[in-house]
Amino acid sequence: MRFAFTDDQVAFRDAVRDLLAKECPPEVVRAAWPEGEVPGGAKPGEGARADADRLDAVWRALADMGVLGIAVAEEHGGLGMDELNWVLIAEETGYAALPHPFVETVCVAAPLLGRADLADGSATATVQPGRDEPVPWASADVLLAIDRDAWTLTVHDEWEADAVASVDGARQLASVRASGGEEVGGAALAFDRGALGTAAQLVGLGRRMLDLTVAYVVERKQFGVQIGSFQAVKHHLADAALDLTFAAPAVHRAAWSLATASPDASRDVSMAKAMASDAAHRAGRAALQCHGAIGYTVEYDLHLYVERAAALSRAWGTAAWHRGRVGRALEI
Amino acid sequence: MDLEWSSDERRFRDEARTWLEAHLAEWKAGHDGDLSGDTRDGFARHLVWEQMLFADRWAVVSWPEAFGGRDASLWEWLIFEEEYYRAGAPQRVTQNGIFLLAPTVFEFGTPEQQAHILPRMAAADDQWCQGWSEPNAGSDLASLTSRARRVDGGWVLDGQKTWTTRGAFCTHLFGLFRTDPESERHKGLTYLLVALDTPGVTVRGFGRLDGDEGFAEVFFDEAFLPDDALPGGVVLGGEGQGWSVAMATTSSERGLTLRSPGRFMAATARLIELYRSAPDDPLLRDRVTRAWMKAEAYRLQTLQTVTGTVEGRPAGAETSLVKIWWSELDVELHEVALDLLGADAEATGPWSKGWQFSLSGPIYAGTNEIQRNIAAERLLGLPRR
Repeated sequence: MRFAFTDDQVAFRDAVRDLLAKECPPEVVRAAWPEGEVPGGAKPGEGARADADRLDAVWRALADMGVLGIAVAEEHGGLGMDELNWVLIAEETGYAALPHPFVETVCVAAPLLGRADLADGSATATVQPGRDEPVPWASADVLLAIDRDAWTLTVHDEWEADAVASVDGARQLASVRASGGEEVGGAALAFDRGALGTAAQLVGLGRRMLDLTVAYVVERKQFGVQIGSFQAVKHHLADAALDLTFAAPAVHRAAWSLATASPDASRDVSMAKAMASDAAHRAGRAALQCHGAIGYTVEYDLHLYVERAAALSRAWGTAAWHRGRVGRALEI
Repeated sequence: MDLEWSSDERRFRDEARTWLEAHLAEWKAGHDGDLSGDTRDGFARHLVWEQMLFADRWAVVSWPEAFGGRDASLWEWLIFEEEYYRAGAPQRVTQNGIFLLAPTVFEFGTPEQQAHILPRMAAADDQWCQGWSEPNAGSDLASLTSRARRVDGGWVLDGQKTWTTRGAFCTHLFGLFRTDPESERHKGLTYLLVALDTPGVTVRGFGRLDGDEGFAEVFFDEAFLPDDALPGGVVLGGEGQGWSVAMATTSSERGLTLRSPGRFMAATARLIELYRSAPDDPLLRDRVTRAWMKAEAYRLQTLQTVTGTVEGRPAGAETSLVKIWWSELDVELHEVALDLLGADAEATGPWSKGWQFSLSGPIYAGTNEIQRNIAAERLLGLPRR
């Protein structure tokens, strides 16, 4: 029994964390949002927006580090690693609100399709995780359409996409129409990997919102004191930390279950996604409440993470859908 | 990462399971129905069970063999706890000694104190209760006013402790007393070990919300506590050091947590059985699933903590979050059970009794509000007021 990651896994995570802290600050996330109506592409009152080429540079930097091919077999130019080796990295992409299809490309499509162009960053993939659901990252090169009633997976190289305005402007949401395509096996495993990657991102997002808020309430003074000294504020943030503290091990266990092909893997993934969705939601509510009005502005960075968490907590199956799957596994 | 048990650990589990099944049946055959250990008769009956555990070295598995244990690893301790509750074994009426006092004795006791106190505690020859709270010192423990005055050859105790769990049935009390009359708050306190039959000590039991006489108040009226009342002395960890001694072992490497995951895994397994016996209801099914996930998450978080502990990265202030988690889970899972029972829940039974007990969880061992303060200040770094 050993419930911890290896030193190498932690070191890889730390390297990605450092890279994203440098290459994917909030202004880069913002650069992925649709351009607004004032010169420079900003919305009125919007915060700093990085140049569009920095957006591409993040993905290139991840490709150079080998991150994009982490789950691709070595004969296809990847590192051939399992879920335990990418789950911590997925958390970091959540922490950064990376505005790229990391889960769809790296966790789902790359190991399934074994394409070198997905590993080297020259192509991206997106996933429709359920029939008729909206699809993020509409500019991707490949679409994997999962039907999680029939458990089929169809790969499309061409499809029609109509942009859908999203609460998270970085996600490039679309409604898609695709016909034909190639049906391949592995729908359930692909879905589980996507749900796990998303759960990990939600844990990372929760931590980011908590970190932002801790920094704010230590700085902000009202009634002559730091608002972080108020018990009401402390309890909001302790509750956020509580749920994240217990969601993270569920996510890590689900990675182990997938990596070892455990018969309980789908149950464990669903437990992870349900708990991570709820934990990120609670962290987001606490973060907004403890920030007060500043957190409710487009200029301040918090909304980038709150809205990503709102999107991801319901994508790849809502918490309730996943609890339903856990309940069936428990035979209740 | 490896989430499988070793063959030795599986053998240990089998051995525990086999022993528990056989001996529980034997113990339960000796009385009628469910018996609370928090009543006078029930306590006596539970001591028989404690003696059975001790006789076959299952009372304190993680302790050294010299003190009645098995030198079991923390992993084996977790396994034993899982099996203990899975088997439906009773509450441990000796637990406040084993989980709260013993870790402190291991850390601060002299060899003489350890040699005397620990084996007698393991054998349930001495039963210890905790004397911390006072009528005006609950969450604000540092405001306590019970005094111990130094005199020739011992201490003279004055004051009152209260909410003392099983105090009316125990033989000994470990408590915090103010030994420096000029001191305030956390300073000038001393951790003392007191036999409850010491002249001048009066114990009065009183009823809890669940109807059991599980609480006591303990009065000290010029009670003389001789230095040699216990071999090795009655002070644990040095005069004036009481606060740091008491706080040092709030989480212990020999027990880790007052309420282990096994307890909640067993309870949620019974909850699932209860759900299967009730008409299908999607809302209740969702709540049962949530309760199971929370118990499972507690198990996983504990595996992570034990891994850290055995690898030299002991848990810190997250133990406050752990206490919030299991105590709220306990209430939640019992409330789901009562809702499954519907109107029948009003009748006294294992679930209603368990629910009544669960309500105390967010209050005892540091209220959950205090735990939230600790987590916010020590884990997140928020400023104290």
